[in-house]
Amino acid sequence: MKTLAEVQIGDRVQVRRLHGTDQVKRRLLSMGITKGTQIELRKVAPLGDPLELTVRGYELSLRRADAGCVEVD
Amino acid sequence: MSREIAIALAGNPNSGKSTLFNALTGARQSVGNWPGVTVEKKTGRLKAQSDCQLVDLPGIYSLAAGSVDEIVARDYLVSGEPSLILNIVDGTNLERNLYLTTQLCELGLPVVVAVNMMDVVKRTGDRIDLERLAAELSCPVLPVSALLGEGLDALTAALLQGIRGELPLPQPRTFPAAIESALADIADLIRPVAPSVPGERSRLIALFERDAHEMERLQLPAGVSSAIEERISRVEAEFDDDAVSLIGQERYQAIQRLLASSRLEHGRGQLTVSDRIDLVVTNRILALPIFAVVMFLVYYLSVSTVGGWWTDWANDGLFGDGFFFLGRGREAYDEKFEEFELAEMSIESFEEEAEAAGLEAEAATDLVSEVILFGESGEEEDRFPVTHADYLAALDVEEPDPAAFGPWVPGVPVLVEQALEAGNVSGWLHDLVLDGIVAGVGAVLGFVPQMLVLFFFLALLEACGYMARIAFVMDRIFRSFGLSGTSFIPMLVSTGCAVPGVMAARTIENERDRRLTVATAPFMPCGAKLPVIALIAGALFADAWWVAPSAYFASIAAILISGIVLKKFRAFAGDAAPFVLELPSYRLPRPGDVLRSMLERAWSFIKRAGSIILLAQVFVWFATSYGWADGAVRAVEQDQSFLAVLGSAVSWIFAPLGWGHWQAVVATITGLIAKENVVGTFGTLYGGFAEVSESGWEIWANMRVHFTALSAYSFLLFNLLCLPCFAAIGAIRREMNSARWTLFAIGYQTGFAYVVSLIFYQLGAMFSGTGSIIGFIVALALLGVMLYLLLRPNPNRRPALATARS
Repeated sequence: MKTLAEVQIGDRVQVRRLHGTDQVKRRLLSMGITKGTQIELRKVAPLGDPLELTVRGYELSLRRADAGCVEVD
Repeated sequence: MSREIAIALAGNPNSGKSTLFNALTGARQSVGNWPGVTVEKKTGRLKAQSDCQLVDLPGIYSLAAGSVDEIVARDYLVSGEPSLILNIVDGTNLERNLYLTTQLCELGLPVVVAVNMMDVVKRTGDRIDLERLAAELSCPVLPVSALLGEGLDALTAALLQGIRGELPLPQPRTFPAAIESALADIADLIRPVAPSVPGERSRLIALFERDAHEMERLQLPAGVSSAIEERISRVEAEFDDDAVSLIGQERYQAIQRLLASSRLEHGRGQLTVSDRIDLVVTNRILALPIFAVVMFLVYYLSVSTVGGWWTDWANDGLFGDGFFFLGRGREAYDEKFEEFELAEMSIESFEEEAEAAGLEAEAATDLVSEVILFGESGEEEDRFPVTHADYLAALDVEEPDPAAFGPWVPGVPVLVEQALEAGNVSGWLHDLVLDGIVAGVGAVLGFVPQMLVLFFFLALLEACGYMARIAFVMDRIFRSFGLSGTSFIPMLVSTGCAVPGVMAARTIENERDRRLTVATAPFMPCGAKLPVIALIAGALFADAWWVAPSAYFASIAAILISGIVLKKFRAFAGDAAPFVLELPSYRLPRPGDVLRSMLERAWSFIKRAGSIILLAQVFVWFATSYGWADGAVRAVEQDQSFLAVLGSAVSWIFAPLGWGHWQAVVATITGLIAKENVVGTFGTLYGGFAEVSESGWEIWANMRVHFTALSAYSFLLFNLLCLPCFAAIGAIRREMNSARWTLFAIGYQTGFAYVVSLIFYQLGAMFSGTGSIIGFIVALALLGVMLYLLLRPNPNRRPALATARS
């Protein structure tokens, strides 16, 4: 299973499924991450974490650990 | 009289909600808190109809993700209070913003949608068919630019229409047939136990999503709950996905269909200005230097220079003797005043010398005395001889009158004193007003200028979008001890003063992080603790270089340890949901909004923190200046005051820390007014003088009688870490918005300080051969408990995290 945490900078991926508790999913959904969403990894913070993603036309920051809950193609 | 009409203003963070709120309500606003939580509640009267209240809900992305903000918003929306929802959406980011809209449309209330930032939308080349969008959502959709004030009249007209009950209820989206039939079944199941409400559909969907808050609210019998659970599982099996994801996906798919039909042109592709700024600002190499410069500027301007000057002016000028208007005449006056001070010291030293020699000072022509000047922390700075001729010359030096040097404005205490004397007020009332109340009010207001400057920068950083980048850059560091990047600014500012530092925690979105930050930021050695460090370093460590750095190190370690330890307790355990942070587009903020936010925060400090500071100030003033003497309560010297009695009574508590004598205890208590008071109190109690000028005490030797190096450092540790000054406690009370949490915070700080000082002193004493075996064992036990709390695995760690690590 490949997750969002393993994506390289500049890669565009598609979300396959959300993992984790309902709470985790609710929060990710409210930020626009659902099955089929296109996500681009824009950059990584200077200290290696968190990640900056482009989701549905805006910039979102997720910690690597939480990005691990997002399964991608 | 008809009930007051309320409109709820809901929208995503960064959608321009505050700007719209300000534009619609003008100056008629009030700020408070939602009951029981640290979330701010703002209400204002509509400009167009003053019996109509606009209630600003916290910025949320969803009604159902379980954060405190969302619960507050949802509870209010279903409370029956609002009769209309105004939903602001960011036109440059419709896809995510409309997610909340789809949820708001299910609440059974009329909704008016304001599409904000239409000016930016036009510039980027997007064209949106708002009529089509309105038809699809079945509620009015109006273009506005809150920033430019465009479209507000039409929006107000729609709101007034809504208030009159002329708007239809929005038609909620329908889900696929299998989900709809499950919702209908859930409706049948709960009908016998929960009466139907206007927001019925929203409730059904929440139950379908297994929303714990909603289930708790309904208190369904076990049979009903399990029947619902069984029904949900059937749908989940059918779609091979969980209920939460299903509903979320369906919402987004509906939004995408909506936008496909109403977005006429989509002018994306080229880099926006915001993108270009961000390329530089959060660049992997440049991010940290830029960040350091910005932070330095904020700190430098608000704590060291502009804010510091204003605070000094407020403390020493406005609430001190007075000040020179625009500073004119200050230098000349200071020079003269210094001459006068030196003359006073010469006279004092010469007369003492003469008295010791049994001579009349006037006649002691051959006598020579010596004046020694001490620096702020007691170190010797200069010494010079005083001859008889010098003495006579000194007698002629008169105290300079500031009014002769420039436009002099007397301070508030001076004016009040004049008024009291003119009114012939009795002694105790005179003292109460002047030393108790006026000094207390001064202590509250003295912080305000510094805060205004800081709050100005905070509002600017928030409004322009850089605040989110600070959190982005610093998150990695702060997360390792249980906080997030958003805690950085409160901690940084606390190194100057904990009061604005604690107030800066307002910008932290997550409530638990906010509480933890408020509880630990006062550990930082603020400006007022520096003289205490300097005094101890000078008196007992011969100004050793390592005392000040080690004090800083101990304070920062206290924050790290507390973060790690407290995060493992349930009340502070990380949010069950992940840390998500929107990095909003950079925007030029509207000056009015920045100024308003600055004034609002400063006012809320004065109002909510002021009372506690004032009361505490008056109490300590009374306890230090009055005592039981000759069978009555009267004004006494500090060493006979009620405070000294209290100090003696409780000094045994501090014996295990190595400083169980009343002077140290009294100094600690007076330090609660302001930490630098510890130094002044030591001056009085160990110096033995009735009055001690800042540059002339000789207390080092006396202190060495009462303290060893070990107990002095233990005293220093305790005073750095224990409960902060009253002003900071007031700020904590303001931010925690709960007496219980405030008590917890200061109780924790004091307990932590006690334990750390005890461990330090007892272990130190053992190694230097003066310790007791019992103390050693207790210290080891406490150290063990601390290490256990520090190192034990986190019992609240969420499982998703563990499996997600790759």
